[in-house]
Amino acid sequence: MVKALNSLLLLVKNETIKMIKKKRFYVVLLVLIVLVPMFAYAQMRESTTKREKFGADWRREVQQAITDNQNSLGSDRVPEEWKKYRKIYIEQMKYYLEHDVNPIQSGGVTFTREFLNNASTLFIPLLIMGVASDIVSSERTAGTIKMLLTRPVRRWKILLSKLITLIMFVSLIIVSTLLVCYLVSGLFFGYGGFQLPVFSGFQLNGSEVDMSNVHAVPQWKYICMQAGLIWFVGITVAMLAFMVSVLVRSTSASIVIMMAALIAGTILSNMASAWTSAKYLFMVNLGLTNYLSGTPAPIEGMTLGFSLAVLAVWAACSTIVSFLVFTKQDILN
Amino acid sequence: MHHGTQVNDEIILSVEHLKKRIGKRWIVQDVSFEVRAGEIFGFLGPNGAGKTTTIRMLVDLIRPTEGQVSICGYDVQKQPELALGLVGSIVENPEVYTYLTGWENLEQFARMMPGIDAGRLQEVVDLVGLDQRIHDRVRTYSLGMRQRLGIAQALLGRPKLLILDEPTNGLDPKGIKEMRSFIRRLAKEGLAVFVSSHLLSEIQVLCDRVAIISRGRVLAVGAVNELIDTSKGYVVWELEPSSAGEEMLQELGISIIRNADEVLDDAIIAGFGSRAIVTQMQADAVADIVPRLVNSGLQVRSVQKIIPTLEQLFLEMTDGEGVE
Repeated sequence: MVKALNSLLLLVKNETIKMIKKKRFYVVLLVLIVLVPMFAYAQMRESTTKREKFGADWRREVQQAITDNQNSLGSDRVPEEWKKYRKIYIEQMKYYLEHDVNPIQSGGVTFTREFLNNASTLFIPLLIMGVASDIVSSERTAGTIKMLLTRPVRRWKILLSKLITLIMFVSLIIVSTLLVCYLVSGLFFGYGGFQLPVFSGFQLNGSEVDMSNVHAVPQWKYICMQAGLIWFVGITVAMLAFMVSVLVRSTSASIVIMMAALIAGTILSNMASAWTSAKYLFMVNLGLTNYLSGTPAPIEGMTLGFSLAVLAVWAACSTIVSFLVFTKQDILN
Repeated sequence: MHHGTQVNDEIILSVEHLKKRIGKRWIVQDVSFEVRAGEIFGFLGPNGAGKTTTIRMLVDLIRPTEGQVSICGYDVQKQPELALGLVGSIVENPEVYTYLTGWENLEQFARMMPGIDAGRLQEVVDLVGLDQRIHDRVRTYSLGMRQRLGIAQALLGRPKLLILDEPTNGLDPKGIKEMRSFIRRLAKEGLAVFVSSHLLSEIQVLCDRVAIISRGRVLAVGAVNELIDTSKGYVVWELEPSSAGEEMLQELGISIIRNADEVLDDAIIAGFGSRAIVTQMQADAVADIVPRLVNSGLQVRSVQKIIPTLEQLFLEMTDGEGVE
């Protein structure tokens, strides 16, 4: 038992060394370090223009946002779909006003929260794909799979070591995103804001906004919850990319397949509310953090529990397929 | 050149009725042979004959449709951990991680089998003569150096069987010589070496025994010299006058080869005069025939015995299917 575990640990060490030496993870870090300052700068510009318009009082800014949205509810040109998002937004802003909490308080922590909220469906899955898509297919493209599979080690152990390494790196990517985001945006907005309350639990019930579950969560705790949900999304995307990587021999093909699936998800989320069975697709369920913020789900009948279950089923199935195929497959090239 | 005396009777690799079907096509139809400790065993066939598929079945990269491969008695399918622990192999090109150094590559492989320490790594590095460059990235290696690293990797686990797929492919003449003498040295130390090649001359100079494979079937297995002896050799005559000589040879019941360019190497044919008569016969019979020709007034300018190469042997066996 100890011996088996030890041999597995050595395999994980091998995979970790390969992952680091291939410099995939550095590319992910580099992307973060280049892009996050851009987002932070854009955010900073936006808040300065607003401040010029509304002065130092955030209440005026929030009030204006509420009025704008209320006016648009009466307009025929605004699709009904969008109105439910606006309705819930109005109620949220009112709630913040009533409780005298500034929802747009700038700060490194707030930026990080907003960033995570926007990054969970596409940006972070893309980064994860970068390391997951080639973890098996690169061995096939380079032909090193022959060296790997002619060792006196069972195939499932080799695949398991790759999966463990992948999960480690997915976690590392999410932690790095958090850290880079906080450290970089802190330069722009300051490092405070951990205790700031965030209201969570808004629910849309038919056309009414249900406020009975609304409660305040300190921002640091909210970010932890986000990170947990994003981790779950990340693992699911990683498992799927892992399966594609096993099934497809070429790394570029496996990246294209996963990317198409992810982008299809964002398109479907915007237009599939009439096609209700689309909710069983993994791509429309990636916005788990929306359940925290109270943004309505793209398709009727989707809840946090539902989305978690759908993602878990997809992840489990793709893991099973990966192992079945990898342990049986003939290495012909 | 051949060192059959070194071979003892211990069977290291045993292949029994190996078959592989992919889709509807039988890539390998029925392959059986045995390789013993200390011998260099050649696996000869044209490209596309099923060599690579067979080799991949030996090392568990491809699952046989039927048949069995065992290494020192362990079934490769059922006990891969035990069987593959006794094999070192290079399947096609020695493909290692180019973004790692040679040493880091060996470390990767060492972690995948028990009982290999840094001392053993250094041993194999010295053995293949790669100590100067072992800490450079493999990306910067020449093909010859990669081949050596491949060998080092294969020898790392102190195997009993070494499987080399076209080991001299892409090497320069000096590299080829070095590789051959290296393989001979390993066999002398008791290792069973399995070498595949589509170059018949390669097998001829290197191997003790050979299996000849074509279209997924083994045509013959045997000592390289024995296989040559079973083949009828060619004898080339230059007689004067030529046409009378040809008639006389026919009367004596000797088969005359009209399409010599199809069975003999172009380089050999070029050495004869245009009126040379190519016959297929046992060379022993020449001594009886020459006096008869002379007695009937023919001049015998030259008689030349041509030892068949494996190329010719192969052509005979496959009825001219063709080799490279």
